[in-house]
Order: sequence, then structure tokens, then C-alpha cells
Amino acid sequence: MLEHVVNGLVLGGTYALVAMGLTIQYGIARIMNLSFGDTIIAACFATYVLFSVFAINPILALLIVGPTGYVFNLLIYRFIMKPLVARAPDEGALEVDSILVTFGLLFVIQGVLLVMFGGGYTSYSFLNSPVSMLGTVVAGNRLVALVLSLTFGAVLVGVLYRTRWGMILRAVATAPQSAPLFGIDTNRAARTAFAVGGALAATGGGVVSMFQTFTATAGVVFTMKALIVVILGGKGSVPGAIVAGLLLGLVETFVAAYIDPGLTLAAVYTVFLVLLLVRPNGLFGKA
Amino acid sequence: MKNSFSETIHSVRHLTSCAVAAVALAAGSTGLMAQERESVTIGYVISKSGPNAGGADMTVTPNYELWVQEVNAAGGLTLPDGSQLPIEVIAYDDRSSAEEVVRGIERLATQDEVDFILPPWGTGFNLAAAPLLARFGYPHLAGAAVTDKATEFVERWDTSFWFMGGSADYVSAFTDVLVAERDAGRINNSIAMVSVADGFGIDLVKAARPTFEEAGFEIVYDQSFPPETSDFATIIGEASNSEADTFVAFSYPPHTFALTKQSTVVGFNPPVYYLGVGAAFPIFPGVAGTNVEGVMSLGGIDPNNALNAAYRAQHEELIGRAPDYWGSVLIYASLQMLEQSIERVGLDRAAVAEELSTGTFSTVLGEETRLENNQLRAINWVGQWQNGEFVAVSPEGGNGLAAVQLPKPDWE
Repeated sequence: MLEHVVNGLVLGGTYALVAMGLTIQYGIARIMNLSFGDTIIAACFATYVLFSVFAINPILALLIVGPTGYVFNLLIYRFIMKPLVARAPDEGALEVDSILVTFGLLFVIQGVLLVMFGGGYTSYSFLNSPVSMLGTVVAGNRLVALVLSLTFGAVLVGVLYRTRWGMILRAVATAPQSAPLFGIDTNRAARTAFAVGGALAATGGGVVSMFQTFTATAGVVFTMKALIVVILGGKGSVPGAIVAGLLLGLVETFVAAYIDPGLTLAAVYTVFLVLLLVRPNGLFGKA
Repeated sequence: MKNSFSETIHSVRHLTSCAVAAVALAAGSTGLMAQERESVTIGYVISKSGPNAGGADMTVTPNYELWVQEVNAAGGLTLPDGSQLPIEVIAYDDRSSAEEVVRGIERLATQDEVDFILPPWGTGFNLAAAPLLARFGYPHLAGAAVTDKATEFVERWDTSFWFMGGSADYVSAFTDVLVAERDAGRINNSIAMVSVADGFGIDLVKAARPTFEEAGFEIVYDQSFPPETSDFATIIGEASNSEADTFVAFSYPPHTFALTKQSTVVGFNPPVYYLGVGAAFPIFPGVAGTNVEGVMSLGGIDPNNALNAAYRAQHEELIGRAPDYWGSVLIYASLQMLEQSIERVGLDRAAVAEELSTGTFSTVLGEETRLENNQLRAINWVGQWQNGEFVAVSPEGGNGLAAVQLPKPDWE
């Protein structure tokens, strides 16, 4: 029983880590980023190259990959999203436009990765060492994912709820129309939020690459999973993403252990469906 | 006014092209056309993107490229009269969608009018391609397709050729190994088996259940998992709790790698450890980051076979990486057979199909490779990692096969 809880939390940690960036991009910058998973995959490849070619420890590589993700997403926002934001008459229109644009961006990133790395499976082994946690042996690299997601989550919550800068971001998330009346530069806030989300995606990718096999075209799997977690948790809510991620991990593990591993996906979507019926705005979402 | 002018021009042009065609036709009968041909076009539709790209990029595409490079470097395909024509390739991406396979093949056959079409990757896609290729009269050298129904398919499409055997073949060869181990008292009677709920996993597990049970084994853990599964902590935990001495996973590469990593972490090390697609990839030991000695899977090579060693060296040199230890060599052999058929009978597709069906060829598999009822049967069914190579094994060894070495040693 305890072993399944541990395994579930460790798996859920990965989901939470991957979803946090999307919830910030979607909730604050209001960009539904369909190329999110491909950013993750790009980071996987970057970490892999840094590790296998330059022999850089993947954990240290996160310090390179994360900031690169920040800058890359800042540029994407500046040059691709900004015109959309400027011309969108309302929130709904921005959402539709951003979906279309990032859908195209998905193929650009994927295409570049395919040209650079081909379509084959990539995987390496790092920190795949047993760590005993409450009597259950788990993989070190997966534990890193759990610890990082909880750390990032705590830092983000701290920043969002305890600093002036966090308050500005929350103001933009809650009332993008009224925020400028208080002298808030919404454009700047959205740009920063989008870039922070990108940095989180890149860091998540770096961690995931340590234990998961990836291909240049696997990004959509991550986007889907992250999207489920974000909607479950409530869009824009960092605690929501963490709770929903861990919940999904636990559900999958318990279903695999006590019912049937073949039903894990069905169970995830059942939870998704039920929660949406009961709380349409997600666990931590505001009506 | 302008319209009628252009119509006139058009009809003049039309007349001219009719005349050219007539001359060409007349010339064709004297064989001038054949001499004017400058290349042999070979087309294929392959998964360059999407979920199948990983498999195609390992087993199929590199061999197509390798073969074309080699043939063209040697001056091209040789025809019966001794002349040589270079190969020109037309390749499309099917984006891992069966509809695109169908569309691509139709295009290759009707619009590009290629001379030969090479098959796509995967059992399902080959089945989608088979009726089309038969209808357009192209020989179908189904390489990366595992099917128990090849005999039926050959009856239905007599220009189809199957190079990778069927699930029952792989399972029964593996069962022979298990029976020998059990009879020697080295393993117990229990098997823990998991499979991916997708083409390969479903096919293999369907063949495995009755075969294992007939051989007197008890399948104590039998579960399937969705292809999206990335975490195997629970599955390995349950398999470990089942206390079976044999662990079997009919998995795709991402699962194969993840299962290995998880087993290493928790120290799950049953005497017989058998995995699906991916365990025969040369990158497997590196991915696992551990000692994979003793891990078993489908395929395997004979390390003492000089032809195969030469092929592997060539593949590494021209493609930049080693081929896998299962399907690659079979695909490459099928291309060599096509090349030799063309050399013997020319570019007539029906004659090439006939030659493939009845001829004997010198390939990387051996000096005398031939098909039985349009199927390649000289396949290595069970392999095992031994001394850093994935070699073909049997219970006793011999005949190009090594003796299986069990129980599997520790991961470390």
C-alpha cells in the first residue's frame, strides 16, 4: 500500500513538473501553447547533447537549459505572440489565435529536431540508481523530478503570493483589462510569465530526459498530459497543477496495482471527466 | 479572340505532342526507349515523423539508404544485358498514418510511375500496402512485418513476400528454451508476462498464451498496458511479487528501455528476462546504463558469420551507426534479392516477382538464400546479449546459433 503511494507520488511529481509551466503560460499570459510539449522535447535533446557530447552532468545542464528556455520563450512572445495579443479584440479570440499559431510552431520545432536528430529513439542513463524512500525503492532520477517539482512549486507560490512582482502577475491573470488602470504593464507581465513557463518546460524536459525515452515527435504526448493536469488543477494555479499532477500519478499507480495496468488511461480520463462535471474550473480554479 | 488564338496554339501543340508520341512509340518498338532510360526509379513511403518514426528510422530507412548508396557507388543496378542504371529514389513521409501510406503508394504507382516500390515500416502498414501493391502489379517485399498469416496472404496476393516470420515462430522458439531450462530444473513453472496493448504486443501475447500453457507453464501475471505508459514501477513490482522465474514483456522500445531501467533500480533479476522491440538495438546497453548480459529478445545474429559482420561494418560506415540485431539484416537481404532478380530478369515486375519466388540468392544471410512459399524462414528467432553482442541462441546451440546462457547474471 505504502509502496504504491510512494510510486504514485514519484510519478505524479513528473506530471506536476511538466504541467507547471503550461499553467503559467495559459493562466497568466493567456496563451494556449500547443508547442509546449515540443519545448520539453527540445530541452530533452539539449540535455542529452550536453551530457553525451560535452559530458555535462544533466543536473548542471538544467542551469543551462532552463535559462535558454526562458530566453527562447521570451523571443517567441516578443516576435510571434505580441502581434496577436495586440490585435485580439478579447480573450477568446487570443486563445483561438494562439492555438493556431502555436500549432504551427509545434511543427517548426519538431521539424528542426527531426532534421538535427532524426526520428529515432533517444535515451540515456543517468542517476538510475536505487534510492530507498519509506521502504520503497525508487529511481533516483524520478525522485529528482518529484523534489524539483515540489521546490519549484513552493518557490513559485512564494513569489506569486508574497512579492509585489507576483501580485502584478496575479493581477494580470485575474483582470487583464483593469490591470493597466493601476499602472501595470500587462504586456511585460505576460511576456515574463510566458518566458517563466518556457523555462519551467525546459527544466522539466531536462529532468524527464534522464529517465524517459524520447523521439523528436513525442512532444504532443507531453502537451496532452500537461493540458489534462492544468485543466484538472485550474488554469493558472500552480498549487492546482501540483495537486492534480500528484493525484494523476496516484490514480495511475493504484489502478495499475489493484485493477489492471491496461486501465490507467481510462482511469485518468474518468477522474478528469468527473472532476470537470463537479468543478468545471478545476480543483483550484476560480469560477 | 484571344481565347480562340490560344486554343489554336494549344491544338497545334497537342498535334505536335501526338506526333512526338507516335515517333516515340515507333522508336520504342525498336528498343530505342530502353536505351534512353537513364535510371531506375524506386519509390517508398516511410514514417519519417509520428510515433512510428523511431522504429522505421532504426530498421528500415537506413537500409534503404545504405543499399541505394552501395548500388549507385558500384555504377547502378545491373540489367540482364550487363548494362547498369543508377537508382533514383522518390521517398514520401507517411507521418505514421495508414491513410498516408495508401495515398503515397497510389501516387508512386500512378503519378510518379516508379519502377519498384519498397514497403513501409510495420505490420499494419504492410497489410494496408499489400492489396494496393498487388493491384498495381508491384512485388511487395514486406520486411518489417511480423504476421502469422503470411501463408494466407501469399495466396491472396501472390506477388507479396514476407521476410520477418510470425508471432508463433518467435514464441515457440523461445518456449523451447524455457522448456529446456525447466526440464534441467533451473527455473520454476511460472511466467510473468506483460504486453503493450498495440499491434505487436497483442499479436505476440495472443500467440504466447496458448504456447506457454501447452508447454505446461503457468502464466501467473498477465497484464497489458497502454502504449503511452512511461512508468513501470508498479508492473515490475507486481511481476517481482509473482515469484515467477521467467519475465516476458512484449513491448515497444520506450517500454523496453523503461522496463530495463526500472528492473535495474529495484534489482528485479529473474533467471529468464525477455523483452520486446528495442532490446536488439545497438543502443540498448548504453540506454540501460548497466550490464545487459543475459537479456533475451527477438532476433539475434551469428557473430561468426563473416557476411553479416561485413554488412554491419558497412552500415556503420555509410550510415554512421550500427544496424539493429533483428530486422535490419532481413530488410537488407530482401533488397539484395530484389537487386539480383533485376540483374537476372530485368525490370519487368512480374518476372522479378517470379524470380524472387523461385530463385536462389546470395545475400548477407547466406550464399543460398531462398524463399519458401514466398516467405523467408531462415530467421533467427531468439537472441540473447552475450559478451556485448546480441547473438542468436537455441537451447543447445550449433548451426550458427550459440547456446543460451541462463540464469541471467546480475544487472551490475
